Amino acid sequence: MKYVIKKLLTTLITLFAVSALVFFSFSVIPGNPAVSRLGTEATPEKIEKLTHEMGLDRPLPERYGEWVLNILHGDFGKSYSYNQKVTSLLSEKIGTTLILSVIAIILTVAVAFPLGIYTARKSDSKLDVVLTSLNQLIMAIPSFFSGILITLLFGFVFKLFTPGAYVSYKVNFLRCVGYLFFPALAIALPKISMVVKLLKDTALKEANKDYVVTAYSRGNATRAVFYKHVLKNAMIPVITFLGMTFADIIAGSIIVEQVFSVPGLGRILLTSISGRDYPMVQAIILLLSVFVVISNLAVDFMYRAFDKRIRV
Amino acid sequence: MTGNNKVKLIIGLVLTGIVFLMLLFGIFYTPYDPMAMDASVSKSISLKHIMGCDQFGRDVFSRVLVGVKETMIVAGAVVLIGVFFGTVVGTLTGYFGGWIDEILMRLNDAVLAFPSVLLALLVIGLYGGGRNTLILALGIAFIPSFARIIRSEVLKIKNLDYIQSVRLFGAGHLRIIVVHILPNLKTVMLSSILIGFNNAVLAEAGMSYLGMGVAPPNPSLGRMLSEAQAYIFTNPMTAVFPGITIVIMILGFSLLSAATEKG
Amino acid sequence: MSMLKVEDLCIKVHDRKTTDTLVQDVDFEMNKGDIMGIVGESGSGKTMTALAIAGLLSRHDMEKSGHIIFEGINLLDIKRNVLRKIQGNEISMVFQEPLNSLNPLKKVGWQVEESLRIHTSMDKNEMRDRAIEALRDVELQNPEAVYESYPHELSGGMRQRAMIAAAMIIQPKLLICDEPTTALDVTIQAQIVELLKRINRERQTAILFISHDLSLVNTLCERVIVMQHGLVKESGLCDDIFNNPQDEYTKKLIAAIPKSPFGI
Repeated sequence: MKYVIKKLLTTLITLFAVSALVFFSFSVIPGNPAVSRLGTEATPEKIEKLTHEMGLDRPLPERYGEWVLNILHGDFGKSYSYNQKVTSLLSEKIGTTLILSVIAIILTVAVAFPLGIYTARKSDSKLDVVLTSLNQLIMAIPSFFSGILITLLFGFVFKLFTPGAYVSYKVNFLRCVGYLFFPALAIALPKISMVVKLLKDTALKEANKDYVVTAYSRGNATRAVFYKHVLKNAMIPVITFLGMTFADIIAGSIIVEQVFSVPGLGRILLTSISGRDYPMVQAIILLLSVFVVISNLAVDFMYRAFDKRIRV
Repeated sequence: MTGNNKVKLIIGLVLTGIVFLMLLFGIFYTPYDPMAMDASVSKSISLKHIMGCDQFGRDVFSRVLVGVKETMIVAGAVVLIGVFFGTVVGTLTGYFGGWIDEILMRLNDAVLAFPSVLLALLVIGLYGGGRNTLILALGIAFIPSFARIIRSEVLKIKNLDYIQSVRLFGAGHLRIIVVHILPNLKTVMLSSILIGFNNAVLAEAGMSYLGMGVAPPNPSLGRMLSEAQAYIFTNPMTAVFPGITIVIMILGFSLLSAATEKG
Repeated sequence: MSMLKVEDLCIKVHDRKTTDTLVQDVDFEMNKGDIMGIVGESGSGKTMTALAIAGLLSRHDMEKSGHIIFEGINLLDIKRNVLRKIQGNEISMVFQEPLNSLNPLKKVGWQVEESLRIHTSMDKNEMRDRAIEALRDVELQNPEAVYESYPHELSGGMRQRAMIAAAMIIQPKLLICDEPTTALDVTIQAQIVELLKRINRERQTAILFISHDLSLVNTLCERVIVMQHGLVKESGLCDDIFNNPQDEYTKKLIAAIPKSPFGI
């Protein structure tokens, strides 16, 4: 219990640090945002008025405090370019990116674990050489390129989906998932390869440890030694790796959304960056960071449930 | 070296050899002006245009060559920044320990927990796109992983008996670090530089795919992919060739690093 | 007929080009309740011999010849699934490093029960009762707590006791101990040796005790085999060999024993 509280506290502190980092890095941008917003029609009076409206004339810590308080009330401010509340602009996109990430994570785990276990058990077969080489190759294909190949193969040759015809989950959840499966596959492919390789490597390493000999000495069959003893120990590095992978998957969705024209956080982040829409960029980066921090926390708890030796 | 590692080394050397050949061509000679548009030319693959032409009639092969150069410049600079600052941070924290270690490593871990794409986008969101910002952004994102590797290696070396005896003979910290510790980092450095290149190429290609890299009309592999995507069903090869080039680069570096990891 | 009869045991390892002979022509017999030691330095083949008897040498690059006849069955001849019925059931083993020999992620109780789970059809409660009894029998204080703990939470001596409990839980006929005290403190060593003696006396379990320490073997065993470079140098009653060694190597081993003022 102490562990849980301590972990939650450090996560809270991390979240505050992240929010401060995001806020203050945007406040050191050279130039007055009010000026850049007004552009050519800037007159000193107008600039002063807008500066005041945007609260830019108040001290930084005060603005940070207010920003955090507002966020806690669900208010991320107003987008410069859309002149709407950031929250209302983002609400649907958050859902889209989350669904995409979750599908990718499920796909990674659901494919990588059985495949990894299989390759670990058959590590001296001929098939292993083929699988290992294939794995090495897949790891080298970036998700945006595999995304294009998937579009070509499943969208153009097999016509399993229509590229660009994304349906919002609010309209039709199943069709949305059906569409997002393909970008999720592009994100998951290299991750699957990495997990398979790691699982196999650690399982082979564990298989040489003394406790495995003990297990055999008690009359365990090879199968039982693997599933009851080796596998759980081999999972520990894999779980640590999954923690980083979940974060990577969330970030990877930014790129893959672009490949498959999925209107999620990634896409609007890119348009906001080119449009210098700072409140939007701030909000999205913060949101993505929160996803990352929370997924790290989840993995920490999973890790803890697995290995009782871990103490903070 | 095991047989398996030998195969990795050979394939890795061949692939990186191809990449460096392309890099040299990208710097000194391209068959066509990579920016010259020619609407009259056929887009398909021919002896004159071995990778075909893109929608504006630009020679894809020439653009790929220059794209490799562009990617390698960014990746090289990023790895340089990462290795340099990573070594400084890693050596300081590993060698001196104490509160420097505590503070820098906390910070390091916090940055490390974040996907580099996100960090790079944050910096680019602040300062706008372009090659220099991209190098800065990725460079910063790459420091922590190098720092972590170097630190753990320095910790190992620092506690070896001979470092202790050198200290007894009255060698100063700087001398111990420069003369006795840094040369011992060579092996670790080599494999982490190779893995760094692998990751930097991937990151550069990803960023330029998102349009955050070198400004158009200059070719970059990632941007070529995103430009070709609109014509993917009519002219897929324009996307496939730059894509394969990226795969060759990443595969080459990753095989080399896998082969050098545990000699 | 003796319980265990090892005849002309040879173990060879084939590398790509060379062949290494690890054990050559080892012969000995053990009866019910016997307590015998094998002594030798590292690389003498003593551990290989023990592992071969326990059926734990299944590497493809290893060639085993000769006979290991246990209760009339040649263990080198039978199939894995027949061998498995003997492993952990009639022949158990205790290893050198108790921490490494225990699965770090499983509770001690689970590991102590493992032989029961494999070889019997007891239900959970029965197994738990038996395990706690076994833990108590190896003189562990508070066996219920040990049952619920993980290996890293115990001390070295406690771990080795738990390993012995796990090996003894199903009342094997032969207990093989491979350097079981080497990783422990001297005082704990003596306690473990006493424990093994008591088990041998009360249960009539035969014990094959592998050690590099001749004096330790002398305090525990009736008979001893001295091995070097895979060969048996000398064998016989401990007292005889100690007082009247024939082989040069044995003489050296005896001469190397430090004269302990406490006479452990």
